[in-house]
Amino acid sequence: MSDELKTPLLDELEKGPWPSFVSDLKKMAPKKPMVRDLLGQLEKSYRDKRGYWKHGGLVGIMGYGGGVIGRYSALPEEFPGVSHFHTVRVNQPSGWFYTADALNELMDIWDAHGSGLLNMHGSTGDLVFLGTVTDELEPTFRELTARDWDLGGSGSDMRTPSCCVGPARCQNACYDTLALTYDLTHKYQDELHRPMFNYKFKIKMSGCPNDCTAAIARSDLGIIGIWKDDIQVDQAAFAEYLDSGMNVQEYVVEKCPTKCISIEGKEFKIDNSDCVKCMHCINMLPKALRVGKERGAAIVLGGKAPIVEGALFGSMMIPFMKMDDFEELYDLIERIWEFWDEHGKNRERIGEFVERIGLAAFIEGIGLEPIPQMVIQPRDNPYIFYEEYYEEE
Amino acid sequence: MSVTTERRTDIGPPHYEQFLHPVIKKNYGAWKYHEILKPGVLVHVAESGDSIYTVRAASPRLISTEFVRKISALAEKYCDGYLRFTSRNNIEFLLSNKDNIDPLIEELSKFTLVGGTGRGISNVVHTQGWVHCHSAATDASGLVKAVMDELADYFTSMKLPHKVRLAVACCLNMCGAVHASDIAILGVHRTPPRIDHETLPNLCEIPTTVASCPNNAIRPTSIEGKSTVKVDEDKCMYCGNCYTVCPSMPLADPLNDGVSIWVGGKVSNARTEPMFTKLAVPYLPNNPPRWPEVTEAVKKIVEVYAKDARPFERVGEWINRIGWARFFEKTGIEFTKYHLDDFRHAGTTYKRSVQNRY
Repeated sequence: MSDELKTPLLDELEKGPWPSFVSDLKKMAPKKPMVRDLLGQLEKSYRDKRGYWKHGGLVGIMGYGGGVIGRYSALPEEFPGVSHFHTVRVNQPSGWFYTADALNELMDIWDAHGSGLLNMHGSTGDLVFLGTVTDELEPTFRELTARDWDLGGSGSDMRTPSCCVGPARCQNACYDTLALTYDLTHKYQDELHRPMFNYKFKIKMSGCPNDCTAAIARSDLGIIGIWKDDIQVDQAAFAEYLDSGMNVQEYVVEKCPTKCISIEGKEFKIDNSDCVKCMHCINMLPKALRVGKERGAAIVLGGKAPIVEGALFGSMMIPFMKMDDFEELYDLIERIWEFWDEHGKNRERIGEFVERIGLAAFIEGIGLEPIPQMVIQPRDNPYIFYEEYYEEE
Repeated sequence: MSVTTERRTDIGPPHYEQFLHPVIKKNYGAWKYHEILKPGVLVHVAESGDSIYTVRAASPRLISTEFVRKISALAEKYCDGYLRFTSRNNIEFLLSNKDNIDPLIEELSKFTLVGGTGRGISNVVHTQGWVHCHSAATDASGLVKAVMDELADYFTSMKLPHKVRLAVACCLNMCGAVHASDIAILGVHRTPPRIDHETLPNLCEIPTTVASCPNNAIRPTSIEGKSTVKVDEDKCMYCGNCYTVCPSMPLADPLNDGVSIWVGGKVSNARTEPMFTKLAVPYLPNNPPRWPEVTEAVKKIVEVYAKDARPFERVGEWINRIGWARFFEKTGIEFTKYHLDDFRHAGTTYKRSVQNRY
């Protein structure tokens, strides 16, 4: 191809107020032949309205089965710079906290060994280094680990767990999402790096029912903070909201899903026995209302996107688990993995597995008792598989 | 001096504590409340009386080391080096000195936007698209750029009835998990895989390929004595599952690939339970670099919602209140046979009452 890179279609994406990835990539292109050819291939995709990447290939780090995604251009002669364009998933720190020094160190590694392009962050949570050649994988890995970074998951393994900002900077955190994510990721390094499951298994930790990590929708196992006792009320702060002219009646009281709030004079009244911990009033009146003191987490299982059998939200397994230590949770996770491993099928996510065998069989398999909190309603059909019946003596 | 060559594995991520701002470390787990001071600026106040300020800025997610070095330098200059990222790809600068907020915003405004807080449109969760994926039916970064150029004003302000969460996924694999967003843009294939019978016997395991289809459309067959598969095209819904396990069954079709739009999902439990997104527009053409049909449709939905929804109603809550018939009426989006579900549990979406608005 000619020396001058022409990208008339992509250039259109340099206009407008939103930060432009094209401008960013074009600045990198003179330094990195890989970026230059990526832009060339992308321009071609924009012209032809199709992607030009081959189906992934088997590449990786010695001893690891996950963490690297092989990627090859379908047009290696035209765009040799991206003939190999593999992804390296770097396990992010809990809560996506960094220092400038740490980021610069990571950028030094990636400038030396890869395209210099990345995602902050991938959908599962990893810091994603986009684009390097097979020969650079091991050197990248060595430099990362020398500086205390490790890879994340890919394929049929425990995917990199991720969490919300949690107690680091949020008053709603009902347990330490950062500590759990760190501890769990370290405990299950083998499951993270060596795919041995039926399919992927994603874990997300959200500190409260606002669910900032979308644990209910985007993780096979969601650990969502919750409290059991009364919402803490600062009546003086509440009166200030009233005095400020805020329409508390319409925006808070009438929006309560169980209608358990009332205002008496300038006092906030709540029937906590009827509260479903939806967070709306707490979100609206953060200075006056706070989550209760008896805190823990609800455990939901089976959330996923549509592939294969349709999208699912996680369904309730345990409405409340203490999170002072994580042993009870780990015990549950291991029972779930063992049962899924034994009875699940290849490429069957845990949510689809539960749908196939039925919730009753599943909870029996992992040793949980049926409770009404697990369902929206009891069955409305009479097709019951009775297991106990009397026989003539 | 010798360099250590010992190979370290399974060390896990570094401990997060070393990346926490001293104010955060000191007040860890002891925060009292937070407020949005202005679009893109938060203050979190601790029991101790300490405050930490957050300035939130957009990132295109697909970024360069140069971009990261630039934000690192700003973090050095204004935040003692401390910053973080959100689950929606925003950058959050963490400041203990309030006086640094405006100078930081001024520098950020030269290359990005500050906002994404409260009742507006935050950054878009999205996927790789043509930049890096083999199964993409559209691009992701370009779509996001085109859509957010149109909606940037809602990122930098807080004037919508409630927050609106946007997501883009470039195929049904939905790495961007768009199935629970207020408005979701989803790349779609619309034609069955074209089977490469030459390479299939070598590249694909036939039982796995057959089993991959959620609609049992794939059957083993043989052509000229070679084992391969055939697809019952009437049963194929172009999900791409077979392509995931078998590279010889690509779906990319420039003439027919395109974009669908989905609405009304949410993740949070606030007021109403989490909801799936539902189909609004079954197909719009891929029209890079700016996808005008898509940006126009998304903007229209946002504008009708902005005008019609009550305060603190998410898109899905608004539609549930007014009814789907009114949603299609008000947005002018055509209701078609494609809106009628025909997959698993389709019957749960049929109306089984005579309650309607006339």
